[in-house]
Amino acid sequence: MSVVGKIIKIAGPVVVAEGMKGAQMYEVVKVGEEKLTGEIIQLQDDRAVIQVYEETTGIKPGEPVVGTGSPLSVELGPGMLRAMYDGIQRPLTAIEEKTGSIFIPRGIDVPALPRDIKWEFKPTVNEGDYVEEGDIIGTVDETPSIVHKILVPVGIKGKIVEIKEGKFTVDETVAVVELENGETKELTMIQKWPVRKGRPYKKKLPPKIPMITGQRVEDTFFTLAKGGTAAIPGPFGSGKTVTQHQLAKWSDADVVVYIGCGERGNEMTEVTEEFPHLEDIRTGNKLMDRTVLIANTSNMPVAAREASVYTGVTIAEYFRDMGYGVLLTADSTSRWAEAMREISGRLEEMPGEEGYPAYLASRLAQFYERAGRVVCLGQDNREGFVSIVGAVSPPGGDFSEPVTSNTLRIVKVFWALDANLARRRHFPAINWLQSYSLYIDDVTDWWHENTGPDWRPLRDEAMSLLQKEAELQEIVQLVGPDALPDRERVILEVARMLREDFLQQDAFDEVDTYCPPMKQYLMLKIIMTFYQEALKAVERGVDPSRILKVSVKQDIARMKYIPHEEFINVKSKEILEKVKNELGSLQ
Amino acid sequence: MTLATSAIEYSSVKSIAGPLLIVEGVEGAAYGEIVEVICPDGEKRMGQVLEAREGLAVVQVFEGTTGLSTNQTKVRFTGKTAKIGVSMEMLGRIFNGRGKPIDGGPEIVPEKELDINGYPLNPVSRKVPSDFIQTGISTIDGMNTLVRGQKLPIFSGSGLPHNQLAAQIARQAKVRGEGEKFAVVFAAMGITSEEANYFMEEFRKTGALERAVVFINLANDPPIERILTPRLALTVAEYLAYEKDMHVLVILTDMTNYCEALREISAARNEVPGRRGYPGYMYTDLATIYERAGRVKGRKGTITQIPILTMPHDDITHPIPDLTGYITEGQIVLSRELHRKGIYPPIDVLPSLSRLAGNGQGPGKTREDHKKVVNQAYAAYAEGRSLRDLVAVVGEEALTDRDRAYLKFADEFEKRFVRQGIDEDRSIEETLDLLWELLAILPEEELKRVDRELIEKYHPKYRKK
Repeated sequence: MSVVGKIIKIAGPVVVAEGMKGAQMYEVVKVGEEKLTGEIIQLQDDRAVIQVYEETTGIKPGEPVVGTGSPLSVELGPGMLRAMYDGIQRPLTAIEEKTGSIFIPRGIDVPALPRDIKWEFKPTVNEGDYVEEGDIIGTVDETPSIVHKILVPVGIKGKIVEIKEGKFTVDETVAVVELENGETKELTMIQKWPVRKGRPYKKKLPPKIPMITGQRVEDTFFTLAKGGTAAIPGPFGSGKTVTQHQLAKWSDADVVVYIGCGERGNEMTEVTEEFPHLEDIRTGNKLMDRTVLIANTSNMPVAAREASVYTGVTIAEYFRDMGYGVLLTADSTSRWAEAMREISGRLEEMPGEEGYPAYLASRLAQFYERAGRVVCLGQDNREGFVSIVGAVSPPGGDFSEPVTSNTLRIVKVFWALDANLARRRHFPAINWLQSYSLYIDDVTDWWHENTGPDWRPLRDEAMSLLQKEAELQEIVQLVGPDALPDRERVILEVARMLREDFLQQDAFDEVDTYCPPMKQYLMLKIIMTFYQEALKAVERGVDPSRILKVSVKQDIARMKYIPHEEFINVKSKEILEKVKNELGSLQ
Repeated sequence: MTLATSAIEYSSVKSIAGPLLIVEGVEGAAYGEIVEVICPDGEKRMGQVLEAREGLAVVQVFEGTTGLSTNQTKVRFTGKTAKIGVSMEMLGRIFNGRGKPIDGGPEIVPEKELDINGYPLNPVSRKVPSDFIQTGISTIDGMNTLVRGQKLPIFSGSGLPHNQLAAQIARQAKVRGEGEKFAVVFAAMGITSEEANYFMEEFRKTGALERAVVFINLANDPPIERILTPRLALTVAEYLAYEKDMHVLVILTDMTNYCEALREISAARNEVPGRRGYPGYMYTDLATIYERAGRVKGRKGTITQIPILTMPHDDITHPIPDLTGYITEGQIVLSRELHRKGIYPPIDVLPSLSRLAGNGQGPGKTREDHKKVVNQAYAAYAEGRSLRDLVAVVGEEALTDRDRAYLKFADEFEKRFVRQGIDEDRSIEETLDLLWELLAILPEEELKRVDRELIEKYHPKYRKK
């Protein structure tokens, strides 16, 4: 039974209706004659305050509001990969096809998952098998990269009494389960899940495994764990977009969910034009084959922007439940917070800091808490993870503003993009002095097992050299480099090497765009060996200017461009030898 | 803009505050509906419903509320949302900030009426902008390449020559090797009549007016009208681009005045203010303007936007430039320091950026050496500029020869590359050749960011042989 009420007030995206007794909080409603989609965000007696996901111009008091009886939900099933959705999971490509227009009209209703495609369903259980929530009953080869696993919905357990094989649409029955109470339940390939509620799992696991991104500054210095959370601030012009694209392209996650939340239309277009052509090194297919895009650009309705991050994270959790690793990038959570602020302002709520609602911090925390490496539901105890990388856009580059400061209280990794570095053409422009990762201790064992036993000391020493360089630079500004003691001149030189030959990475170079962990480790080892040998030479009384002239410096500068295999197996050993020989022979 | 004739009329104005009227006893006023306000002296003004409740409407009056009274003012609800009649005849015409002709010519016979708020472009219908627009200005073409469908604002300050620069861009902008249809839509918000005259004179003199549609809201016109002006302009631009296959350059000046108007309405409505008193929804509001630039699939025309804004106290972190920078694809920043040195156009290339520059550079578009030589020049100029600070501390004698070369490069770069005449229209080849000439000041081994082959092909030292 659905509630039918009447509009009494319209102010921008917020509509108030009366006669709504019986409606639930966060229930989806259809607003006005045009049936615009909205969601109830406040209830007082029989009055409901509704945020509308579409432009409300032209709506009048007195028009009807009809409840749908269910909260804002997403459709989960085959057909999500390669798709591009708006903030409330309306498929933008299908809308374009249906309307033939370049614009998004109002009140359009297109199902999120295509109903006409027949998917090849391959059962993985037999009749008579006992299944529980989260168990895999069959698979669909959705794209060349991802096998879509069809899961038993939450809350269902029992005996399979019928299982089919062959081609089906998402809403056709593929299995029948006899529940414990004797009733039977037909299962399709589609599930619905309310976006504001996290999908359940058995247990959360500690963040012990790094999520390799192939970006040296991120992996070696400020590691993100699988199931971890990170924030990137992006003062404009600091290369935030390229950094996020690089993450999406190279991270060792199986599925990428990319939320463009209140950002530029042309940026989303770049993603849609670029991703289908990008080779995915992990599978050899196209990157788009394992990507779900959510685009709610800045000019699209603000309430749908508020919903977009929940839509995205719910889809991410669904793939996690299949046992996949998922990277969720949200660009930008500041726009999301601003959408909250805008709606809150329209509700005339008491504002907190800078006009943001008082619940800003708790909403941010709830969102990031949906990340994690988990043991999924299902009897096979498979593992999956969702890592969340949220961009923040601090106004005026001020990190003390509420969204950035509240985000930093929650996330464990901070990749501080710096416009000054970008201007100096140092890319990725991640400031090594401001960034941090709280996962370093957790992931050290992994690095030691997978690269070399001295990874941690090398990394820590390199960090302290960079730290030291910053102090020395201040002195150099005043007195010039020649006035420094020999030892310090060596430090400056090695820090420069670390910056230019290690931290700087060329996203547009075929080889350097991705750097495997072993290569990162060896590169670092060579530079730090250079440092040790140079110090020894200084102690023998060698003039630093001679150290700075050794020819192996050229080899070090070119390391990043050497193909990975060749470098790891052959060149790294040669260069390491050369470092020792050249510096060792200086007298 | 057009007004309907048949409509319901009310004379139940309850209160007037700033630009707002509160009308009681209203039945069925739609949110966003256009109203006609009839003043006690019979004058008609235009307004729009900002909030619709049962039995009550909050109306913003575009011409302001001076002279209105609570007992003698009539309000007529037209039943229409804000629309503008568009046609090809609008080219060459001048309108006020509400879309009424002010050039003495006849009213426009519209081909069709379009909603001035438009609809959001479907992101999947967009195409990435990639056609190089040559503006003839070296610092833009070379260092901050503009492409069709981009939105690239000019961040200026009071007293800086942004208007001259905008007029020069409008005059010189072209896509090379194509004789395609080109139009300029110009929207002025709150500029002085002198500035307006300057633009009109410029457009007339150069014949640009025939292919321009001009909307002018002057400094003494009602501020609230400024909310409409850019939307009218962009609706016309969308019509010309997506229905008439024209490449449209939209110049919006001055967006700071637009934002002030937005703040004024927000304050009058007692809304919770965001940063510096600007409303919390200013980002969304600005986005609905700036995001109407673009290039779409299946349509020949494009919309390129150059909004101009003056940064209060030259502060780039002020909410207006800050929010703008988050929406637009880069920014051209004018510098007071360069202006004081007498350099026109005073574009500071270091904080300036065109995010889509890479799409418009390279072989087939500009020249093979473009990306690399610009990268090199950027790095060299940045180095030269930071050395200036050092010189201030230690004196020039303390520098090495290499550093002195960088200093000289930075100076020459400003004097010869940044500076150009107000009528000087440099081709991209001239711009790039000039960069090579300047880079020759540096020792050749310093040119690390350009490949050997390019040096041998373009470096003046090798070219002369």
